[in-house]
Amino acid sequence: MDDATAWLKTSLDGGQLELAAGGSWTIRDAAILESALQNVSTDGAKAASIELSKVTEMDTAGAWLVRRTALALEDAGVPTDIRGMADAYRPLERIVEQTADCATRPVSVPHNYWRAMVERVGRATCDSLAEGKALLSFYGETVVGFAALVRRPGRLRFTALVNQVELTGLNAIPIVCLLSFLIGIVIAFVGADQLRRFGAEIFTVNLLGVIMLREIGVLMTAIMVAGRSGSAYTAQIGTMQVNEEIDALRTLGLNPMDVLVIPRIGGLLISLPILAFLAEIAGLLGGAMMATMVLDVTFTQFVRQLESVITLNHFAVGMVKAPVFAYIIAIVGCYEGLRVGGSAESVGRMTTKSVVTSIFLVIIADAIFSVVFSTMRI
Amino acid sequence: MATEENVIRVSGLQTRFGANVIHDDLDLQVRRGEVLGLVGGSGTGKSVLLRTIIGLMRPSAGEIEVLGVSPHRAPAAERRRIQTRYGVLFQDGALFSSLTVAENIQVPMREHLKLPQALMNQLAAIKVGMVGLASDACMKYPSELSGGMRKRAGLARALSLDPKILFLDEPTAGLDPIGAAAFDQLIRDMKTSLGLTVFMVTHDLDSLAAICDRVAVLVDKRVRVGTMAEHMRDDHPWIHDYFHGPRARAVAAYD
Repeated sequence: MDDATAWLKTSLDGGQLELAAGGSWTIRDAAILESALQNVSTDGAKAASIELSKVTEMDTAGAWLVRRTALALEDAGVPTDIRGMADAYRPLERIVEQTADCATRPVSVPHNYWRAMVERVGRATCDSLAEGKALLSFYGETVVGFAALVRRPGRLRFTALVNQVELTGLNAIPIVCLLSFLIGIVIAFVGADQLRRFGAEIFTVNLLGVIMLREIGVLMTAIMVAGRSGSAYTAQIGTMQVNEEIDALRTLGLNPMDVLVIPRIGGLLISLPILAFLAEIAGLLGGAMMATMVLDVTFTQFVRQLESVITLNHFAVGMVKAPVFAYIIAIVGCYEGLRVGGSAESVGRMTTKSVVTSIFLVIIADAIFSVVFSTMRI
Repeated sequence: MATEENVIRVSGLQTRFGANVIHDDLDLQVRRGEVLGLVGGSGTGKSVLLRTIIGLMRPSAGEIEVLGVSPHRAPAAERRRIQTRYGVLFQDGALFSSLTVAENIQVPMREHLKLPQALMNQLAAIKVGMVGLASDACMKYPSELSGGMRKRAGLARALSLDPKILFLDEPTAGLDPIGAAAFDQLIRDMKTSLGLTVFMVTHDLDSLAAICDRVAVLVDKRVRVGTMAEHMRDDHPWIHDYFHGPRARAVAAYD
């Protein structure tokens, strides 16, 4: 197996350029041969020959190097003949002969970095706009889907809906409540620390109550649900798309909108408000625990203070957002899942994109709510 | 170079998943320069056998040697050395989806050899031409190719280092008859020029008849190896049905 490494001897004898090749002309020695062949000069040569009888082993790389050298010599106006090629290597010669014109074509698109950068920015902008439009149209489709359901409630996939409520709601309760509880602790601690300077520690309860009910409770829940369930929607539907399951559904006369999308949106519309409510309670409890420990406030005092600040409005402002966030997360999750195409790689890409897009849209929606509520003085 | 030398040796192989024994005391030798086709019913462990030989799966008992090296027990450096000597084509090509076809073909070259980029590009283009893809396929990503094209690109990557042994998992499944015939011709050429040994799992009776020197049939947890003609005379019920079924007769009728 381990024959002598490849070698190349060049001699110029009265205009006759002799290239004697030997050893194993394989891809393993191609780097040596490449540099040896680069040093071959055609100065003063009228004809050339490549002598291959000493070659002990050859593969397509070796055969290509021989062929390329011959072509280069011919181009330089030096007629070349190849001698002594063993019969065993004839098919290789034929293979490289057939593919020689492929080899000279580029294998990658040449890059111009500045142009590529401008192009990418432009492409990304157009893509975002197109995607916004497509998402809006998908939103329209889901509304139509729900409207059809109102006319014919029998078409609702009840089992799938309940299953989604279990997966996205029930199973998420521990993690959502725990995180919210911890955030309640953090807010109470940081708030108490600052307000103590004014001797206004008791207002920590106000701070906690308002921020937890109006903003943080529902927003944190939405972000967690986007990471937990929105990504799962994209991954599930995307995998089905790669396996052609969605196409199979269509050919069986089932509408993916009814079977996959509506139960998921419906499920989240039910789960997220419940989760947000539980998260708010957990956050308040966390804050209450912190308050009784650092503020010398008893639990009864905490509750009384909370009662005096919190109105139904605060609670309603928070809860009104929950179904909107749920709708955003669910349609982004399903939409990106349905856009998966081709390979498994695109499932991963779309899942990432789904989480980023849904959190982005949730925060935008939250900002819009804040502006609207503040102008309405709620 | 002894033509009868065995490049793959499997002896006493046992593979089991839990209580489910797939192969039991299986012996198989593949000779240098031959094309061996492996056939067997669904679930008899054809792909498992292939994956065990190339070292992706560990057998529960038995010895395997590929080019004299055990893919399971040999030191890592030794294993790496023989890995450059064989190429594997997986069922759906298994191309790296984030790389173009040309880059896919260059992965083994980059990893194991130091070649100038220009030469690697030329070689990648040659491999692409060899497997019968259009030259613009080089710049495409696997997701832009059809199933058959992905398979050919996978073959081009398997041939990247001009290996001594080629492992093929259902190479002609999903190819049209013209592509499959071109594939058979390619294997025959590579065999003559490179002394290539081919171990292929296949169900393509045309391929079996056209290029396989010997056929290994997986029955009763072992393999029976022989030429097509020998298998035709075998009276094991499965082997008889396989080589005398309506499809086999159709192949025979064309010959």
